Amino acid sequence: MASKKKSDPSGDATLHRELLHSMILQRRFEEKVAEAYALGKIGGFCHLYIGQEAVGTGVMSELRHDDYVITTYRDHGQALARGMSARSVMAELFGRIDGCSRGKGGSMHLFDRSVGFLGGHGIVGGHVPIATGVAFAIKYRGGDQCIVCFMGEAAVNNGAFHESLNMAGLWKLPVVYVIENNRYGMGTAMNRASSIAEMYKRGETYSIHSEEVDGQDVFAVREAMSAAVARARKNYEPTLLEIKTYRFMGHSMSDAVSGTYRSKAELEEYMKRDPINLLKAKMTADGTMRENLVAEIEQEIAATVQDSWDYADASPEPPIEALYEDVLVETTSDTTQEG
Amino acid sequence: MPIITYRDALNQALREEMHKDDRVFLMGEEVGVYNGAYKVSKGLLEEFGEMRVVDTPITELGFAGVGVGAAMVGLRPVVEFMTWNFALLAIDQVVNAAAKMLYMSGGQFPMPMVFRGPNGAALQLSAQHSQAWESWLAHIPGLKVVTPGTPYDAKGLLKSAIRDDNPVIVLEGEMLYNTKGEVPEEEYLIPLGKAELKREGSDCSIITSGKMVLVAMQAADTLAKEGIKIDVVDLRTIRPMDVEAITTSVKKTNRAVVLEEGWEICGIGAQVVDYIQRDCFDHLDAPVIRVHQADVPMPYAKMLERAAKPDLAKTIAAVKKVMYLEA
Ligand SMILES: Cc1ncc(C[n+]2csc(CCOP(=O)(O)OP(=O)(O)O)c2C)c(N)n1
Ligand SMILES: [Mg+2]
Repeated sequence: MASKKKSDPSGDATLHRELLHSMILQRRFEEKVAEAYALGKIGGFCHLYIGQEAVGTGVMSELRHDDYVITTYRDHGQALARGMSARSVMAELFGRIDGCSRGKGGSMHLFDRSVGFLGGHGIVGGHVPIATGVAFAIKYRGGDQCIVCFMGEAAVNNGAFHESLNMAGLWKLPVVYVIENNRYGMGTAMNRASSIAEMYKRGETYSIHSEEVDGQDVFAVREAMSAAVARARKNYEPTLLEIKTYRFMGHSMSDAVSGTYRSKAELEEYMKRDPINLLKAKMTADGTMRENLVAEIEQEIAATVQDSWDYADASPEPPIEALYEDVLVETTSDTTQEG
Repeated sequence: MPIITYRDALNQALREEMHKDDRVFLMGEEVGVYNGAYKVSKGLLEEFGEMRVVDTPITELGFAGVGVGAAMVGLRPVVEFMTWNFALLAIDQVVNAAAKMLYMSGGQFPMPMVFRGPNGAALQLSAQHSQAWESWLAHIPGLKVVTPGTPYDAKGLLKSAIRDDNPVIVLEGEMLYNTKGEVPEEEYLIPLGKAELKREGSDCSIITSGKMVLVAMQAADTLAKEGIKIDVVDLRTIRPMDVEAITTSVKKTNRAVVLEEGWEICGIGAQVVDYIQRDCFDHLDAPVIRVHQADVPMPYAKMLERAAKPDLAKTIAAVKKVMYLEA
């Protein structure tokens, strides 16, 4: 996805198709995940991203191959948007040897070194200092990459977040902190957990460029990201984006979609701004939508998703010897020379 | 051979490894301008500059995580905790991140990093500043834990720790920084996971590590005057533990005292005793005795503090007890 004014919504049919494809892939993949979960093919905690796809797609579409991404346990959509194969993600969810983490991580811990995907992490806020360290390493080496750190809005109340932002602001590190504000941390509405309503203001107190972004509009996400990435590459400057979104499913597979901490009416209200529908509408308005395009994409994706299921199902479970593998490595800096 | 302090031995290790490999950097509170709270990093800022000797805010969780992130993409951080008591604020990064990254990524992300700093009680620092954390850290698969007791071991183990591609915990002795010992000028490494027989004797084994090595050696000297010959096994690395060194010694002496700085319950000594009962059951002439800190937070008053700590007298008494001698 390399074109000049690439966040600009007008005209680039190829780009628009790619964005739409990325978002629909996430959606259909996760619908399949829910199916597999119900059948017991996937276990443990499993958090769906449905409703938030424009954030993952928009953010990733502004990155280079040598940039880095780190995220939370709500990581399937972002992994796909970053270019990890549906096969390797599904196989991981199935706990199989061909999974991206060789069946050791599961839903919450997707990793793929080849695309700089530094993991889904399960401790709320715990990966935010790690992202800051990756940014430190980039600057240490004098590189022009950046790292994107996704987190939920509930993480901003935790010490790891504040300690990280302070260092990133103090040392000027090339990191983009992306708060996906979906309004809830499990069942706790943000106004019941945060002393301020505008999460992005947390960044300003650490002298970090901070802004609010509409997370249902993939172009708005791209525009904010494009500026953030430029800031990181040119001046080693951090950015905080509060990207406002909403999850259309429960917190995890065990949580009802609505009825306890949020009403059905509220959910339906937010679902009117389904990011995929918004993109389709924009494409229609821009003239980049053509007849059968959606059907074509849907068909392609249905095949990809089914293939990922078949692949995962056929992949063996890790052998018992794998139990004790990868606890430690045998190597030292004298035996390996890797940068 | 030059005789230098434990502090200078660590300083040499850092300096040499930073010269050897420009991916190695030191970060922590007061490591730069102040030259280190205990002066371990003296002169390094001047020599290597701000990017490689990084003064951090008082933000243990944050900078430990910065180390983890830097290690994830190929740097080799040495994270200094001013003392291990403060590392509790960072323990999520040590346990949930550094120790598990390799495993949960299916082998994709090794963590070539060191967490180091002074551990255990000094003098009259009372409850919050006087704790030995060996057993907490050694409990965690995915970490290595070393506890150097002499300047020679401090240098050789820290150098190996920095070169190791795994997260290594280095527990230094706050009371050891001023102790002196022979350290050769030529380069050497001490392999992680290897104990050293610091004294040979046939009557009783003392199995120990870290700061307690000095106490064990003093006990061995004192007891030698009474004709009691002690085998002193310095574990040097707590995880992975050199089980063979322990059992070889106990099979020879048939008696063992396990001496550690920390508390009794779930302590390192409990693990050592387990290895002994598994492998040396038929060789024991007496139950193994453990010497450790009293099961209380460290008190301030001199006399109470003395009573709480494992020491020479308690160690000698323990040896006499396993030998069925009058104290
Ligand atoms: C330190 C920590 N505390 C509690 C939890 C349990 N937990 C998992 S997700 C979550 C809510 C997080 O909400 P948010 O950051 O808004 O992310 P979202 O799930 O909305 O994507 C909680 C409390 C955890 N994983 N880690
Ligand atoms: Mg949330």
